[in-house]
Amino acid sequence: MATVYVNDRAVDIGDERLNCVQAAQRAGVTIPHYCWHAALSVVASCRMCLVEVGERKVDEKGEVSTVMQPKVVPGCQTPVKDGTVIRTSDAKSKDAQQRTLESLLLNHPLDCPVCDKAGECLLQDYSFQFGKAESRMVDEKRTPPNKPDIGPHVNLFTDRCIMCSRCVRFTREVSGTAELHIVNRGTHAEIDVFEGHPLDNKLSLNVVDLCPVGALASKDFLYTQRVWNLKSANAVCGGCSTGCSVHVDSNKDIVYRLRPRFNPRAQGHFMCDAGRLGYHHVNDPARLRQYLVRGENGTRAVDWAEAAGICREKLGAAASRDPGRVWFVFSPSMTVEEAWLLANYARQLSPFVKLAMGAIVVEGADDTFPKDRKGRPAPQVKFTIRAEKAANVRGVRGVLAHFQKERLDYQQFLQAARGGQVDACLISQGQSPAIYKPGVEEGDALAGVAFVAVQELFASPLTDRAHVVVPASAFSEVDGTWVNHAGLAQAKRASCAPWRGTRTDGQFYLELLGRKGLVHAGNLRREVAKAIPGFKPLEAADLGEYGVFCEKLKDLA
Amino acid sequence: MAAFEPVLLRRLNRPECKNLEGYRADGGYRTLERALKEMSPDQVTTVVKDSGLRGRGGAGFPTGLKWTFLPKGHPGPIYLCVNCDESEPCTFNNRYLIECDPHQVLEGIILASYAIRATTAYFYVRYEYGSGTRTMQRAIDELYAAGMLGKNILGSEYSLDVVVHRGAAAYICGEETGLIESLEGKRAWPRIKPPFPAIEGAFRKPTIVNNPETLANVVNIVERGGEWFKSLGVPPDPKNPRDAGSYGSKLYCISGHVNKPGIVELPMGVTLRELLEVHGGGVWKGRKAKGAIPGGNSMGFCTEAEFDIPLDFNGPGKVGCLGLGTAAVTVFDETTSIVDVLHNLCRFFAHESCGQCTPCREGTAWMLKIVERIKRGQGRLEDLAILEEVADKIGIMPGTTICGLADGAGWPVKTAIRKFRDEFKTYLREGPGKGPSAGMRLQMAGGH
Repeated sequence: MATVYVNDRAVDIGDERLNCVQAAQRAGVTIPHYCWHAALSVVASCRMCLVEVGERKVDEKGEVSTVMQPKVVPGCQTPVKDGTVIRTSDAKSKDAQQRTLESLLLNHPLDCPVCDKAGECLLQDYSFQFGKAESRMVDEKRTPPNKPDIGPHVNLFTDRCIMCSRCVRFTREVSGTAELHIVNRGTHAEIDVFEGHPLDNKLSLNVVDLCPVGALASKDFLYTQRVWNLKSANAVCGGCSTGCSVHVDSNKDIVYRLRPRFNPRAQGHFMCDAGRLGYHHVNDPARLRQYLVRGENGTRAVDWAEAAGICREKLGAAASRDPGRVWFVFSPSMTVEEAWLLANYARQLSPFVKLAMGAIVVEGADDTFPKDRKGRPAPQVKFTIRAEKAANVRGVRGVLAHFQKERLDYQQFLQAARGGQVDACLISQGQSPAIYKPGVEEGDALAGVAFVAVQELFASPLTDRAHVVVPASAFSEVDGTWVNHAGLAQAKRASCAPWRGTRTDGQFYLELLGRKGLVHAGNLRREVAKAIPGFKPLEAADLGEYGVFCEKLKDLA
Repeated sequence: MAAFEPVLLRRLNRPECKNLEGYRADGGYRTLERALKEMSPDQVTTVVKDSGLRGRGGAGFPTGLKWTFLPKGHPGPIYLCVNCDESEPCTFNNRYLIECDPHQVLEGIILASYAIRATTAYFYVRYEYGSGTRTMQRAIDELYAAGMLGKNILGSEYSLDVVVHRGAAAYICGEETGLIESLEGKRAWPRIKPPFPAIEGAFRKPTIVNNPETLANVVNIVERGGEWFKSLGVPPDPKNPRDAGSYGSKLYCISGHVNKPGIVELPMGVTLRELLEVHGGGVWKGRKAKGAIPGGNSMGFCTEAEFDIPLDFNGPGKVGCLGLGTAAVTVFDETTSIVDVLHNLCRFFAHESCGQCTPCREGTAWMLKIVERIKRGQGRLEDLAILEEVADKIGIMPGTTICGLADGAGWPVKTAIRKFRDEFKTYLREGPGKGPSAGMRLQMAGGH
């Protein structure tokens, strides 16, 4: 057990191998830093983390003495061991911190009023906390031209750059594509790309998160919101079965951006561009907003209770006649709680009603990073975009397997429908249109089905055939649990209320079940954990920041 | 006192020794032959260590001691990098050595490589030394043809390759890890230390970086013995246990406003005044000196009153200079504006800063901007305080930067202001158009 002393506070760091910045974090002390990042190599070039380091010695008589090194050292490149003493706010450190900040601000443009990063900018934050109130610079600042086309998704405001090189190291060490370079020398140094090779890789937008200041900006988010107006929810990306932990940032029920959330159990620090930008469908005005009922007299809009009532009536009637000809299709983007409620309803009707998995999109093979510029993967994988483009296959399968021994997939459902073996069905299809769009043949397969209820985000060949159309919930509107490729069950929180007049999918299923009350993810988790052994870890209800592993679900691909 | 008989420069005016035949006829490579036959690598290291030889590149680190930092029993490869980047302004001693006596340098390279068990020696030479580069390459080719480089040198078990690698005009490639990065084909950004090059250097292998003058000394030390080397120069100060002495002879470069600019080899410890008056022919045009740079730009300035300091490893430090540096002395006369001189140096360091770490990247540019503003006549008294403060706080000595360029950038600024404060104040008050330096601009011989 190693004890490190940070500003005279002892902290036990166990047997972890840490640098001073990390050791101080354990003690609740912030050592300001820019260039160091846990996922990148150490360069110790920003000089923001300069601290005093020493050693605490206890001699045979038990007398304690502390010997400090004569000059400040970068905390990020200095490993700590038992007895290391770190002083972060004594005169020398304070002086170094003030000077580094003064140096960085010498040429930094006073862009705060127009800079996206304001409110989450480390230059602002550290200047306020560790810097001087006034600048002594009266000379001209250098003004290199900005580079709005450094990449298809990223804008570079060159004059704001503090040359921490995090973005360069990211493209070398994590994506492997190495598009970003530093050109020129000294005060003229700039981030740039070679002509014809812009910053264009599947992980490119991570450099915007990494940039401590507003030099690198996301074109998708540029000038849309001030970050202090955004509400942040801990959620999970549904783009693939990696299940990156994210923050969903929204304001007044409109989602403005996704950011990766550090999760050592899930994906680490980053997320891919496709996932990050995969929220636009949520705000799309073309989304289904009304419950529709189709009959001989045409289509009419109804309220949610009536829609649920009609579903109960028709599905119930079909199930009592011949339950084997009633199908429920579960979207792989459903939460565990939603799948649990819907499956319960199906079993409420009859043990012979068929439960099938919805369409699972698989694109190519798992894409690992880094890869070098010739596309050869590196031996140490730092990030994976998975081929299975679905959020919760294992979670839904885990629920279905409990209720039904036979495993039924989407193709089997469609085949049964084409073969005239389906009387009634309820299809939950809430996957993002960027991932999956039902095709015309699927709609045609439903031609002979007497009663079709479809939950969808957008109008599609399926909704064209539906007798009842139910607006589906987007991922940002649902509190629930998703299980990723490794069996990690993560809690995702809702950011937005469902469209007025509509209910979340889970609430709709409660109504089908005839249960009173509101959907409460925690309570439902406890129910599921009690009923299904594979979900036992969910009994914690609060799955914590990083989620819990459900080993038994891992291989239910 | 009898004039010192040059050792390093003894073949300066004998061009016939530039080729292998002439060098061997003069007794060259006999030392290498004897060392390969009769000495083990560790014995060579011991001789060099005991001689008290300190690096001639500017830092003055004991050479033999540095060689012992290599990990014992390492399977190799181990590399020697010869730092012939020589970009410190005012300095041209390595240029003389490689242009006039390439084989002495090469014999030193092979001896040192043998001592450290190196398999390849990289001769890193600044791009601007075209003539010297070609001379060295010719000499290397001669050695390969004669079986004195490559496999089994002179029939011994020792094999060595020497590869010439040209730089591309960056001062920071003279920093040992900057050199290594450049050698590896990357941006010459000095590395953070630890690890030090002896543990992890070029291509991640143990590497020793040495200066050509240092290596030329190695030949003569192995030939004549460490005792001979110690008979020259200045022994350590008995009151200072950490003083490693200033043994041997040094190549002193003299440039600037002198009658006889050039190079001279003298035992260490000659005073600046004697160097100027006796060997440099005194200040030109019958003028008096205002000041001088004692060892290349990075060391800062001496006033004329300080010219009696000995030019050994301890002397310049006693008058507030950074050290002996490259022992390249540049003198400027009384009609020169110290502001002009400082401007020139600030321009150099701002231009050469690699830009990796904040204090140097921003600090050197800021100091230049301030000095330029002073030159435009818009300087303020507090600018002197800002310059001094910034210069004091950037560098590896306070611990704020990755390499010593920042220290070199700061020393001229603070010594100029502290030693010539009155002239600065007059300049601030009366502007650039007045005073004895009106209209005069300093041209630095060998400076950028």
